[in-house]
Amino acid sequence: MKALIQKLVETFGPSGYESAVRDLIQTEVANFADEVRTDALGNLIVRKGKQVKDGKRIMLAAHMDEIGLIATHIDEKGFVRFTTIGGIRAHTMFGGRVRFVTGVAGVIGGERLENPEKVHGIDKLFIDVGATSKADCPVRIGDVAGFDRPFLDLGKRLVAKSMDDRVAVAILIESLRQLKKSPHELYFVFTTQEEVGVRGAVTAAYGIDPELGIAVDVTLCGDTPKGNKMAVSLGKGPAIKVKDSGMIADPKVVGWMCATAEKAAIPYQLEVLEGGSTDARAMQISRAGVPAGCLSVPCRYVHSPSEMVDFEDVQYSVALLVEMLKYPVNGS
Amino acid sequence: MNVSIQPIDNRQIALLERLSNAIAVSGDEREVRAIIAQEIETQVDDFKVDALGNILAVRKSKAKDPLRVMVAAHMDEIGFMLVEDEDGGWFRFETVGGIDSRQLVGKPVLVGKEHLAGVIGARPIHLTTAEERQNVIPMDQLRIDLGPENAKKVKPGDRAGFATRFLQVGPSLMGKALDNRLGVATLIELVKNPPENVELLAAFTVQEEVGLRGARVAAYALNPQVAIAVDSTPANDLPDYDGEENTRYNTRLGAGPAIYVADIGTLSDPRLVRHLAQTGDALHIPYQFRQPGGGGTDAGAIHRQREGIPVVSVSVPGRYAHTAVMVARLEDWQNTLALLYHSLARLSPAVLAESR
Repeated sequence: MKALIQKLVETFGPSGYESAVRDLIQTEVANFADEVRTDALGNLIVRKGKQVKDGKRIMLAAHMDEIGLIATHIDEKGFVRFTTIGGIRAHTMFGGRVRFVTGVAGVIGGERLENPEKVHGIDKLFIDVGATSKADCPVRIGDVAGFDRPFLDLGKRLVAKSMDDRVAVAILIESLRQLKKSPHELYFVFTTQEEVGVRGAVTAAYGIDPELGIAVDVTLCGDTPKGNKMAVSLGKGPAIKVKDSGMIADPKVVGWMCATAEKAAIPYQLEVLEGGSTDARAMQISRAGVPAGCLSVPCRYVHSPSEMVDFEDVQYSVALLVEMLKYPVNGS
Repeated sequence: MNVSIQPIDNRQIALLERLSNAIAVSGDEREVRAIIAQEIETQVDDFKVDALGNILAVRKSKAKDPLRVMVAAHMDEIGFMLVEDEDGGWFRFETVGGIDSRQLVGKPVLVGKEHLAGVIGARPIHLTTAEERQNVIPMDQLRIDLGPENAKKVKPGDRAGFATRFLQVGPSLMGKALDNRLGVATLIELVKNPPENVELLAAFTVQEEVGLRGARVAAYALNPQVAIAVDSTPANDLPDYDGEENTRYNTRLGAGPAIYVADIGTLSDPRLVRHLAQTGDALHIPYQFRQPGGGGTDAGAIHRQREGIPVVSVSVPGRYAHTAVMVARLEDWQNTLALLYHSLARLSPAVLAESR
């Protein structure tokens, strides 16, 4: 599974430009799916199985897109000014390497720092692609770039630029492969444009019209020095979301997820995230409303070029998802 | 340059003038809706006004299985709403849509259905201290002064707009609400003279300036295969600031229609961005890419409807947006109309068949 994660995280896919990730997933799921289609916003919708007695139409969502940058101006000396796609803080960027959708590579530089105590805002940073003038700069306004950073395997822990949310993409693919039999009609949906405001999941959920929705995404941790005050740590198992700032998970879904984990002796944590949301929000308020929840993978340094997860948490996430989907869902 | 789209003539400029001088503050778009109805109602295959006040008009195509393309332009403008009658001719008021309150002092406004003359007043320089003049006058200290007679003819909830009258000055168009009467005028022309290959679903939308509200239900109802929002976007195109290159101009006047790649609400469909640029390149119609960043158009609501709708936005650039007067260029409007017409005429399902 580490090889699959590596392939996924090293593929280019900022929001709105997910086609390379989509192509890769299509190859990976081809032998396990009953139907594969792409909708108007680029969501990849993979169906497995047909609803039988006691089964439900279930949508599982992991977003393909990652945070990135977009060029706003090429100056007279060939430096590229940019803005962000998704939430990125400036202090994670300086010295970073980026690659544009066109293949052009560059590094992020900044204007001179007058006061080292005060970090530059994004308007003081630029991308240097090695050009010497506007004329020989190969970037044009609107070109999109992603962070360029190889996958790092630390054994127990894995680090990559787009662990958010390719690790969940890998979890969905692996669950699809491992799930031999299910009473449910399952839609494994690889969504677009989550990082810019949960957009792809809105239209995918409308199209699928599910009876139950589960997002798989990363969540923050509170286990680093002077970090977030949050009761989620790496290595303590997948986090079952109770609430974030965009969604209150259906208590019955939370209960079902916890009970399944306990029965299968899979460690888990409960998550209350004070800022941010996931594709589960879009599913929950789609059409006439859908019971929804979210399985979260604890992740350090989210939205930086080095996002870290625990490999056991990842494997337990697959195990929990497979256990949840094997049997009829009671009571929801 | 091209045969199908004639240069903008005096009749069209006169229509823009009527549209610019009409007042249609978000939520009360009647005046602009009436002008549009008068212009297009007899020329379309279907015409209706929906529950929120959007005009939804359809021009069918004789082609077999034509692409169903929604083109949206919002009718509403930023302005004011009376909040409290303070007797003696003054009203406390709120802004509707994004207005910088620094722009307001001393501006004449027109209030209510009858366009009663008012002015946004504040204490004059004689009666203020040097210290007070350092600060922005907060909204709660501003009033619309209608005079005692006319104040009796309006009530809280009535809307007011800037009193600016439209002017053509050489190559420039000056007026209020050119955001988005330029888009409305463009869409009226497309409805009157549509490309033959597509089914044109024209949506003149309400309440864009308060959060893309009309477009949302319009797109749900029209259920198009593709959509284009036509709007106006700021040009902040001074050559430099403090001797340094201006890197935050958004768009520039005279550089042609502004194609959106990304704004706060939408990542345009890259296939449609390419299609517009290729059309411009092939027919030598100038265009520019709007700097990605903040701001937004009806596309932000449209693309999320139903199972998703591929969208792009095209705007006529204009200086001083969301103030009492905007300045745009006739040539940019002309080129916006030409780019849209030809992009639609060249649009085929093949454009959307490639992977997004």
